[in-house]
Amino acid sequence: MAGGIDEARKAAERVARESYGRLLALLAVRTHDVTGAEDALGDAFAAALRTWPDRGVPDSPDAWLLAAARRRQTDDARRRRTRAIGEEHLQLMAEEIERASRTPETIPDRRLALMFACAHPAIEAGMRAPLMLQTILGLTAEAIAAAFLVPPATMGQRLSRAKTRIRQADVPFRVPDRDELPERLDAALEAIYAAYSRGWAETGEEGRSELAEEAVWLGQLVVSLLPEEPEAKGMLALMLYIEARRAARRDSAGCYVPLGEQVVALWDQGRLQAAETLLHQANAAGPSGRYQVEAAIQSAHMAHRVSGRDTRRAILALYDHLLALTGSPVAALNRAVALAAVEGPAAALDQMGALVSDKRMAGYQPYWAARGHLLAAAGRKAESHEAFTVAIGLSTDEAVKRHLASQRAALGEG
Amino acid sequence: MMLIHHDEEALAAAPKEELWAEYAAFNEALAKAGAGFAAGERLESATAATTIRVREGKANVLDGPYADTKEQLAGYFMIDVADLDEAITWARRCPSSKYGAIEVRPLTPPRSWPSAWAERGQSQA
Repeated sequence: MAGGIDEARKAAERVARESYGRLLALLAVRTHDVTGAEDALGDAFAAALRTWPDRGVPDSPDAWLLAAARRRQTDDARRRRTRAIGEEHLQLMAEEIERASRTPETIPDRRLALMFACAHPAIEAGMRAPLMLQTILGLTAEAIAAAFLVPPATMGQRLSRAKTRIRQADVPFRVPDRDELPERLDAALEAIYAAYSRGWAETGEEGRSELAEEAVWLGQLVVSLLPEEPEAKGMLALMLYIEARRAARRDSAGCYVPLGEQVVALWDQGRLQAAETLLHQANAAGPSGRYQVEAAIQSAHMAHRVSGRDTRRAILALYDHLLALTGSPVAALNRAVALAAVEGPAAALDQMGALVSDKRMAGYQPYWAARGHLLAAAGRKAESHEAFTVAIGLSTDEAVKRHLASQRAALGEG
Repeated sequence: MMLIHHDEEALAAAPKEELWAEYAAFNEALAKAGAGFAAGERLESATAATTIRVREGKANVLDGPYADTKEQLAGYFMIDVADLDEAITWARRCPSSKYGAIEVRPLTPPRSWPSAWAERGQSQA
């Protein structure tokens, strides 16, 4: 019955991909016990792989898994008799899940509540994205560790600490109220975008571009569950603009290609169009957040390459807006580069002077790379050489290192 | 502490000029951007090593490194970083990561040493 086993495994994998987060959210939302819910769901998947090959895949795999997980979860809770979940509470929970598993088409979607629990202020900022990837997408600690470049055991410990914190600090599993929503949504979007940036930073490594795709998937989920929120759309648009250029970022020899030299025909038109549509919808009432502004900057950069239209002043104005919104040194750095395109490198270097003393800039590779380019354009070769050297030393990507080394070598020729 | 272990065969086959240029950039980055960079040393090849053991008062001196492994200790960098993640980033930037392995280990903080050692330890540090 190899076919049966295969079919069962495929069905289980399909459910895992499409419904893991949905089932886990439902199981964890009342108990606040993410680890317990994961164990119960893990057992249910294991049971599915045991029984489905013989008895066939049930009509509603979701409902089957939910019922199996719920039985295991209530057994556990009874055995432990935790005070956190009283008998009455337990009964309510069991009934709700029972109802849901009888009528699978009405299995409630609590993933948004789970997502807000993962991005709660009580959870360390760096762990919010890994938690979401594990609970909503069902990624293993090993896979998340590989994507975030930490040892698997370390990531496992950090994840389990974060889950303990959710339970002990009684982190609420709910969508925040109107007045609280903007701030809390920001934290959730920030976590997703952080995962995306890690995936984007180095396309050379396969595991990391998968991380970018998972982040886009999470972004799409937030947009579908909170369609009224312009910032969620802004962030998804931003990710799609950047994602659209993926194939154009390296030439056939694997060398890094900056945006200004990319082959426009290699840009993914589908993603680009989706991004434009999202940005347009998000901006209907005027841009209201950093992701919308950053997406608009991407749009302007790409429009310049596509139509040849001069968007330099528009980009500078958008960076002014972004800097006013965030006050971040990274925004200040990018604004200086945008200024160079309008007023020349000397004006930009003046602006960057203020950033030199910022400790956060000292180890920031893009700062040194941008400085190298601006100094080269200003004819200050010795300083440019030094800045490029530091930028190379701070790079982890071979293609980027080579690109910077060739820029540095070109100083001697000019 | 970043302990550099080189696969000496792989290193011998590496393009030397490129490697030194990369190391120059790495050192420059440590100096300019690594706020807490303390020190680093490079060691001669493991073929120049001598290993000494004292057992029951008797010294045993042998040619070669203490462990006969493919990858040999080749040097170290001391870096002052906030956490493991930062240390991993510096290890990835280090050109030697391509020709062997870099072991990252935290220094034992002085207060957790047995008290009798604490004074001696500080005068050595």
